[in-house]
Amino acid sequence: MGVAPKYLLFLGCAIPYRVLSFEVSARRVLGKLGVELVEMPEFNCCGLPLEPLSHELTLMLSARNLAVAERVGLNILTLCPGCAGTLKKTNRALKEEKALREEVNKRLSEVGLEFKGSIDVKHISQALIEDIGLANIKKAIVRPLKGLKVAEHSGCHLSRPKKYIEFEDPENPKALKMLIEATGAKCVEYKGETECCGSTIAAIDDKVSLSLVREKLLNVKEAGADALITVCPACHVMYDANQIRVERMFGEKYEVPVLHYTQLLGLAMGMSPEELGFDELRVKPLKMLEKIQVIK
Amino acid sequence: MSEDEGARPSKIDPKFRYEVARMPGGKSILQCFQCGTCTSDCPVARFNEKYRPRYIIRMAQLGLRERVLNSDFLWLCASCFTCTDRCPQGVEVASVIRTLKNMAAMEGRIPQVFKDILGTLLKTGYIYEIPESRIKRREALGLPPLPKANIESLARTFGSMNIKAFLEGEDPSKKIREVKLWA
Repeated sequence: MGVAPKYLLFLGCAIPYRVLSFEVSARRVLGKLGVELVEMPEFNCCGLPLEPLSHELTLMLSARNLAVAERVGLNILTLCPGCAGTLKKTNRALKEEKALREEVNKRLSEVGLEFKGSIDVKHISQALIEDIGLANIKKAIVRPLKGLKVAEHSGCHLSRPKKYIEFEDPENPKALKMLIEATGAKCVEYKGETECCGSTIAAIDDKVSLSLVREKLLNVKEAGADALITVCPACHVMYDANQIRVERMFGEKYEVPVLHYTQLLGLAMGMSPEELGFDELRVKPLKMLEKIQVIK
Repeated sequence: MSEDEGARPSKIDPKFRYEVARMPGGKSILQCFQCGTCTSDCPVARFNEKYRPRYIIRMAQLGLRERVLNSDFLWLCASCFTCTDRCPQGVEVASVIRTLKNMAAMEGRIPQVFKDILGTLLKTGYIYEIPESRIKRREALGLPPLPKANIESLARTFGSMNIKAFLEGEDPSKKIREVKLWA
């Protein structure tokens, strides 16, 4: 790693609202890896949640964020794959389609903003692999998580639609697996690894979304994983915060701890559960922490 | 859609699919040859017997405008994009369905949850109202203050879009066409 990577951090809406543990652990881990994070000077929603209502509205929301970031002159790093996907898609469309860019810029100019196309957007998984590098991550491991078996859940928007995201193979995702193995933990295979968590329709039909959660948790449990590892705040809410609800609904017990990847990495880098926001987790990963002797 | 509506012949608008195709993200509707890959791979279709991406595309292709745009199942797409990635014919199924939702929304057919988050967005810049307890928790965890949205600038960015119509739910028969930025 030559010059320390520096990014503008795009938090999105879900993290400050419900998933502070992801933000805390990501900031601590990235800081220790020598990454500098700069706060957004101003922020609005990336637009993804409003896309069912209006594509144009989404486009303007993400274009605004990109134009604000361009003023700072730094590439954007997001923790939420949904934000990354929307910003990436808009960034690419505005870079490639001149007429669209002109149309958007006409509106942005009314508030003193302009999209120039001078920055890139990356999700933290992509930045860890492409900019920080697995070798540097491995170098930072002081407590290899030997003996730990975990299941990965990359989530849909990290790789789909493939045509627009251009990061990894949605049918056989490898990025998170590689990142997990760098910590010394073992990544188990399980049925339905690439299945959606259903969070986007939770407010429309929770029977469907909670059925998807149930299916995932049963498959992860069957594979004998000590924890499920996510890189998306929305997926995390579905599997962790909603787990007890799903248990009650179906009269079953899963007891699958759900960790943000940055929490897993933080443990391997020698940080304490407290530093990594473990208090915020609903399903307490006590057995898992005992197994790697973080607690006795 | 009422229960007996399926039994009556539906009004057909043969030009509907071209209207969909002209919308951003709607173009590939013309390529679908109904293989059904989208439905067989759809996670929602496994747990809901009414939601069938293939039917939605076919109904739109046939010009069953009212039946598609009025349906509740249209809003069940989880936007996981599995259908889009696996379509052998290059149909961006999830985007076509999103286009249909946009068209329904322009006609005032909007699930309450979207009106709610739009209202919050205009007020805060976020789709959620971050409660004071969370702000305090941030401080306790040693996190920096949240960046604020420039609400006035945000509202002006949408100056020419008729967002109020979305929020207040104007007469559904009066189409909210102004929301479209370009043809």
